[in-house]
Amino acid sequence: MSGLPPELWQSVWLTVELAAITTVILLVVATPLAWWLARSKACWAEAIATVIALPLVLPPTVLGFYLLVTLGPNGPGGSIASLWGGRTLAFTFEGLVIGSVLYSMPFVVQPIRNAFAAIGDRPLEVAATLRASPRRAFWTVAVPQARPGFLTGAVLGFAHTVGEFGLVLMIGGNIPGQTKVLSVAIFDYVEASRWHEANILAGGMVIFAFAVILTMTLIEKRSAVVRP
Amino acid sequence: MKRPAIEPGTIQAAFRGSLGHFSLDASFVVPARGVTAIFGASGSGKTTVARCLAGLHYLPGSFCAIDGEIWQDEAAFRKTHQRPIGYVFQEASLFSHLTVKRNLLYGAPKDVQASSQDSIGYDEVIELLGLVQLLDRSPHKLSGGERQRVAIGRALLSQPRLLLMDEPLSALDRPTKNEILPFLERLHARLSLPVFYISHDMSEIERLADHLVLMQHGHVVGAGPLQVLQGDPSLPLAAAREAAISLDATAEHYDPAYGLVTLRVSGGRLLVPAPRVAAGKRQRLRIAASDVSIARAAPDASSILNVLPARIVSKSPLGPGEVIVVLALGADGRGAQLLARITLRSWDQLGLVEAMNVFAQVKGVSLVPGPDGAASEAAGPDAIAALDKFLDGISFASSKAMALPKSHARQIKSPGVRRCSELETSFPHSPSSA
Amino acid sequence: MRFSKSVRLAAAIATWVLTSTNLPAAQTNVAVAANFTEVAKEIAAAFKAKTSHEAVLSFGSSGQFYTQITQGAPFQVFLSADDARPKKLVDDGLAVPGSNFTYAIGKLVLWSKTPGLVKGEETLKAASFAKLAIINPVAAPYGAAAVETMKFLKIYDALKPKIVEGATVVQAFQFVETGNAELGFIALSQLTGPETGSRWLVPQELYSPIRQDAVLLKTGAPNEAATSFIAFLRSPEARVIIEKYGYVLDGQS
Repeated sequence: MSGLPPELWQSVWLTVELAAITTVILLVVATPLAWWLARSKACWAEAIATVIALPLVLPPTVLGFYLLVTLGPNGPGGSIASLWGGRTLAFTFEGLVIGSVLYSMPFVVQPIRNAFAAIGDRPLEVAATLRASPRRAFWTVAVPQARPGFLTGAVLGFAHTVGEFGLVLMIGGNIPGQTKVLSVAIFDYVEASRWHEANILAGGMVIFAFAVILTMTLIEKRSAVVRP
Repeated sequence: MKRPAIEPGTIQAAFRGSLGHFSLDASFVVPARGVTAIFGASGSGKTTVARCLAGLHYLPGSFCAIDGEIWQDEAAFRKTHQRPIGYVFQEASLFSHLTVKRNLLYGAPKDVQASSQDSIGYDEVIELLGLVQLLDRSPHKLSGGERQRVAIGRALLSQPRLLLMDEPLSALDRPTKNEILPFLERLHARLSLPVFYISHDMSEIERLADHLVLMQHGHVVGAGPLQVLQGDPSLPLAAAREAAISLDATAEHYDPAYGLVTLRVSGGRLLVPAPRVAAGKRQRLRIAASDVSIARAAPDASSILNVLPARIVSKSPLGPGEVIVVLALGADGRGAQLLARITLRSWDQLGLVEAMNVFAQVKGVSLVPGPDGAASEAAGPDAIAALDKFLDGISFASSKAMALPKSHARQIKSPGVRRCSELETSFPHSPSSA
Repeated sequence: MRFSKSVRLAAAIATWVLTSTNLPAAQTNVAVAANFTEVAKEIAAAFKAKTSHEAVLSFGSSGQFYTQITQGAPFQVFLSADDARPKKLVDDGLAVPGSNFTYAIGKLVLWSKTPGLVKGEETLKAASFAKLAIINPVAAPYGAAAVETMKFLKIYDALKPKIVEGATVVQAFQFVETGNAELGFIALSQLTGPETGSRWLVPQELYSPIRQDAVLLKTGAPNEAATSFIAFLRSPEARVIIEKYGYVLDGQS
């Protein structure tokens, strides 16, 4: 990989950083959300679930455009940015994190929700009869039993953030070291007809995707063995 | 709803309301000690009552107090995790991500190792339930019976003040039930913990229960001591074809020459063939209504070993041509009650009337291998082996499930109940005549 | 199967329609650089009215179109945003030699939605703004022109941290339109509506002309609609439209 210019490594590192932070935030946000969705019998829970799932269907440009407006000086993003003297959250790493969190949300919420739903009421009832408070039952029973769902969600969320392109293109501004992530870097190389670099990066992405899907399959296989 | 007075030493419950399409109106008061069975057909509301006791269901306007402590009234509702209960579900429901040992300790206080006067110790539980060899295993590597034993142990180690067992055996096959029952009986004997035992299998109840709550269509149709309800002709139990009375007896004397044990029950003594029994041991008996006949005078030559003076308490019709007669042992009619099923023709020919002194001829007595029985003296897995050996040598009484109206009760066999059939010996002397 | 039959039939008809030069009306697929979108639509309408041929337009970045064409994309005409790619396609043997010509020369404008913000090069030198939007200079000549302008004014290094790049002219325009960037270098052709905000038409001396070249691809050589479209692009009728959108014509800049 010595044939790659240093700005490329910057993109790789930035991408990993973005995906890692996004994944951590997603796990924190998605866990209570998935729990609520799995347990709630309210019909508007399905409406919320549908909203979360929208990025699966919408083209990233739609979400990108809305984000551009929302993150901008006339939207809430601008008010937040003004807290530290900024004008907008667009073109910032933070803005990219927000976009990635929204965009990858369904990939994390869905597996965790399914895993929570698969546990059913019984183990939680058992925990309650053993004097476990709802909080303790959640951490010591629900979360460990939903572990495969968390693994799947984390891997998918990370991978999807690495692979996102349209959204980053629309709100990122292609700033090296801040918003110029891997997928945009590949785009640039293709635009500039620097196919050698594009090839290397694209090949790397293919290997990454392969590793991700293989990991997922192995997780699912293993969890099937552990829980007959 | 008017709140009942709180009585320590009792479990008071009044659950009213509907859950989905099911409506429940169940009130009862039972002592806060011993095993109380909740018996009824499927769909009669047994499990709902147990879940209400556990706080797993919330029925507004209901009331529940355990040994003087209010768990639910119009002002308060203790959540499940705030109630000192142990709950054993029909399926063991072990935590699949924890080993047997960590399952056992999930609800246990940190210093549980120490077994003391008022706590249930870890070592005691694993010994009592034969869990030593299972501790490091994962739940999915256990058999159904092993899983249920772990679930029972787990519930016990949470130091409950009330144990709820919701058909703990009904998901198990017959041999596995036989594996568990001795453990339950030992539990009953060793722990003073009040237990609710939910079942639709009368043979399990006859082995384990002291008190009974009888349920039908969401209502309590009777609650009280097991024998009283068994012998109440207005309740479906006495009217069933398999009607029987469970009696708690004390061994008085053992005759090794004939292999007979003398058992004292209230108002009389019974001679029953049995392996050697030490005097003073408590022993549960089961006497079926069909095994009791009535004589006006004591027979002077008969193979029937047990002929006891008794007084007729009541007579109720029982289908075509038969009556069920409630007898009280003793010439004064103050002893334990028995049921006798006889034909209407015999009733008329003998000129029987209520309050008449008669003789109860007991053709068969079943020894229930109770907590102090030979079957459960050995510990752990040995107990199973011992029980199996014991059971191999005897014939099983077959008792159909109670023929309750709309009952879904399955045909069952009760191998744990040892039946001593009529003996070909003459009774040496007649009991004191009336 | 009825479906595959009808598909085959449709394909046969399409092939016949596309290949037949005897027919009065034909069709051609034209790849158009994004900055030329509105102009191309109007030209295609006029083209159809005049010749009854139909130009089916695809809009996108010139770089992507170039890549797609080298991979056999079914375009017959390519209106690039630069002059390098059409030349390259000729060199690659994918376009008809000598068919490339400058159909328009783009004008770079510095634009802000805020009235009075953009006054001239002094606005850039004062640099009292947070974000300056440009188009990705690697992908689009307007971006390269913007960089060139800033370098010429010797303010590029100072402004570099404030620069945000849109992948296309449309995106750079959106950055400014939504207020995320206070100002940006965009194509004059994008400011077609009523004059809003403030603007500075960057003098041509500050950057090399953005020559937008068209080229007839080899696949379009036998297609009458394609050749007619190229010819129409040079017609006075088309030139009026092009000028209307703020482009300069070859030989006028």
